[in-house]
Amino acid sequence: MSRFNDTNLAIAGDIIARYPRPKSALIPLLHLAQEQDGHVTDEAMRQIAELVGVTPAEVLGTGSFYEMFRFERTGRYLINICGTMSCALMGARELMLAAERALGVHAGGTTDDGMFTLHQAECQAACTEAPCLQVNYRYRFKMTPDGVEKLIDDLRAGRLDDEIPPHGTLARVRQHIPADRAVGAVDPDDVDGPPPWIPVSVDGAGS
Amino acid sequence: MTTYDWAPGFVAGDRPRIVTSRFEFEDSHTIERYLATGGYAGLRVALGRPAPEVHEEVRSSTLLGRGGAGFPAGVKWGLTPEGVYPRYLVVNGDESEPGTYKDRLLMERDPHQLIEGCLIACYAAGLSRCFLYIRGEMALAQERVATALNEAYETGYVGRNILGSDFSVDIVLHWGAGAYVVGEETALIESLEGNRGMPRLKPPFFPAAIGLYGKPTIVNNVETLANLPWIATNGAEAYTAIGTESSPGTRMVAVSGHVKRPGVFEIINGTTTFRDLLYGEEFCGGIRDDNDLKAFVPGGGSAPWFLPDQLDLPFEGRLVGAAGSMLGSGAIMVMDSTTDIPAAALTLTRFYAHESCGKCVPCREGGTWLMRILERVVEGQGTTDDLELLLEVGGSICPGSMPHAASSDLGLEAVPFPYRMTTICFVGPSAYVPVHSALTLFRSEFEERVAASRSRTRIPVTAVGGEQ
Ligand SMILES: Cc1cc2nc3c(=O)[nH]c(=O)nc-3n(C[C@H](O)[C@H](O)[C@H](O)COP(=O)(O)O)c2cc1C
Ligand code: SF4
Ligand code: FES
Repeated sequence: MSRFNDTNLAIAGDIIARYPRPKSALIPLLHLAQEQDGHVTDEAMRQIAELVGVTPAEVLGTGSFYEMFRFERTGRYLINICGTMSCALMGARELMLAAERALGVHAGGTTDDGMFTLHQAECQAACTEAPCLQVNYRYRFKMTPDGVEKLIDDLRAGRLDDEIPPHGTLARVRQHIPADRAVGAVDPDDVDGPPPWIPVSVDGAGS
Repeated sequence: MTTYDWAPGFVAGDRPRIVTSRFEFEDSHTIERYLATGGYAGLRVALGRPAPEVHEEVRSSTLLGRGGAGFPAGVKWGLTPEGVYPRYLVVNGDESEPGTYKDRLLMERDPHQLIEGCLIACYAAGLSRCFLYIRGEMALAQERVATALNEAYETGYVGRNILGSDFSVDIVLHWGAGAYVVGEETALIESLEGNRGMPRLKPPFFPAAIGLYGKPTIVNNVETLANLPWIATNGAEAYTAIGTESSPGTRMVAVSGHVKRPGVFEIINGTTTFRDLLYGEEFCGGIRDDNDLKAFVPGGGSAPWFLPDQLDLPFEGRLVGAAGSMLGSGAIMVMDSTTDIPAAALTLTRFYAHESCGKCVPCREGGTWLMRILERVVEGQGTTDDLELLLEVGGSICPGSMPHAASSDLGLEAVPFPYRMTTICFVGPSAYVPVHSALTLFRSEFEERVAASRSRTRIPVTAVGGEQ
């Protein structure tokens, strides 16, 4: 399946409605597609193009700029090992070697069973906890080569299924804007004048 | 000195706490805890005053932006063109500068504080819609902020007629998809419009004048906004009583690398010195294994390096600038005497070369060249010419003299920040900064490396930059 299922199509509609211009939903919708299928399919890009009013080429052109979108089959677990300065100073290379050994693939590769994709990543905003890595964007801090092996064992055995959803799922909580509380997205060109709480007296037109 | 399992890296101390006051509670991210600890009080105070007065309060607090440039928030809010609406707030939660770790903690541990800060900013500056842009790779932060927003909508703190007033604003959670350059404010806006995250040329137009959808837009960092509830509640005077006149309040700083106890600290702004941070018992407690300190990066991967000579400088923007570097995003990376300097520089240059968006030639091509040349030097295949070539390529990104630290050993005087640049944003120069610092301060290590080169066969440099 690669077009949005009914649930996701409804979510897509909600997301688009939050932006003054639909194109702003392009990246959130690519995430939604990746969550549904594990990577972004051609069909999904065509549908996103229809939904936000651009060409499929624009969807690919924009999506391919961003590291997180995967346009080919990706392991159930994407292991990103940070290799930037703080992690490099604290032994990132040893983590990568251990992961390559345990998985039998080099950085960039996916295991034959489709379980793991291994990547060298950049600074993950956890530099004090170096060396660190992420599995499907869930952190493991102060890792050791042994820790990497154990992590891979645990993932393979399904022992971390509760904590780590399959690749593509980011936050498991979505934002809901209740209709009776929403202000609503207005096209910027349809707005003139200051919002109601800005006193007009300050400079005649709102400061 | 106290740490909490639920706030990895954070170290509490006996110091004023403005943005980390709830970190001691395991449930600090819930609305129950937030309300039980004074949460949303600042918003109530703000809503009880005319918006321009709240703006004035923030202006007189001299709250400096924490995203890197250190521009005063209250002044920035005043730069929107008169009478032009709508105006937007875009929250920069894209934290990805090497060494930086604080915004993620603030989002994970106290999302309501950030939401309250957004509301106060929107009220004060007349911003009618807020987009909260969180880095794509931060799943937990996204979850926490989404949950907090859902709670805040249900309880009437966000949305239409907030707390029964005529103040109405939606906060829309948005997240990125992995691209460092998107942290640059105009690239952030491009990304939010559904485009590739490539910076816009500025000047002439800054986002405050022409931003999201071409409308006035304030971009503020997460930590900057997280200060607002405290300032609204306690007033600018109480805020400026902490820290120094030019750098008031507190500041989040992450110290990583070769120290005994790396950590994230809320420090008093402007007075705490690098020596305090690296060696103080309440901070990092010294260099690991009691080794000597070789060098440190004082303000995130883009900052020129410092030596032990600079340890007694306080964490204060102007002084650090005069000494040849910058405070940037509050990130110190420490290298001890065992560090392989050319290899360390390469980890940063590779980062910036990799993150180039490809829009400017000096960054796209130059960054890649710097990376490739440095790679062959590190791998023992460089020549002495390569060292000159590095400086030549760097000079095409940053013409003229480059800022660097003073060194008593080398008899070098400081060249103050900033540099000149031929690129649209700072990614290009940032690829050169580590090369320049390392070569200027540790040239002998490079010379030893090329003298010991195993091979005379040059690895060709083929520039392929601009890939993401
Ligand atoms: C390449 C580049 C990356 C940046 N990354 C970030 C970032 O991740 N987070 C951030 O808040 N500011 C970042 N900035 C700074 C922003 O452009 C902007 O100055 C800041 O978000 C403004 O907020 P402040 O005034 O509250 O500091 C970056 C700047 C550049 C040039
Ligand atoms: S300096 Fe580099 S990252 Fe910045 S706009 Fe130019 S090419 Fe893009
Ligand atoms: S360098 Fe690895 S998390 Fe920052």
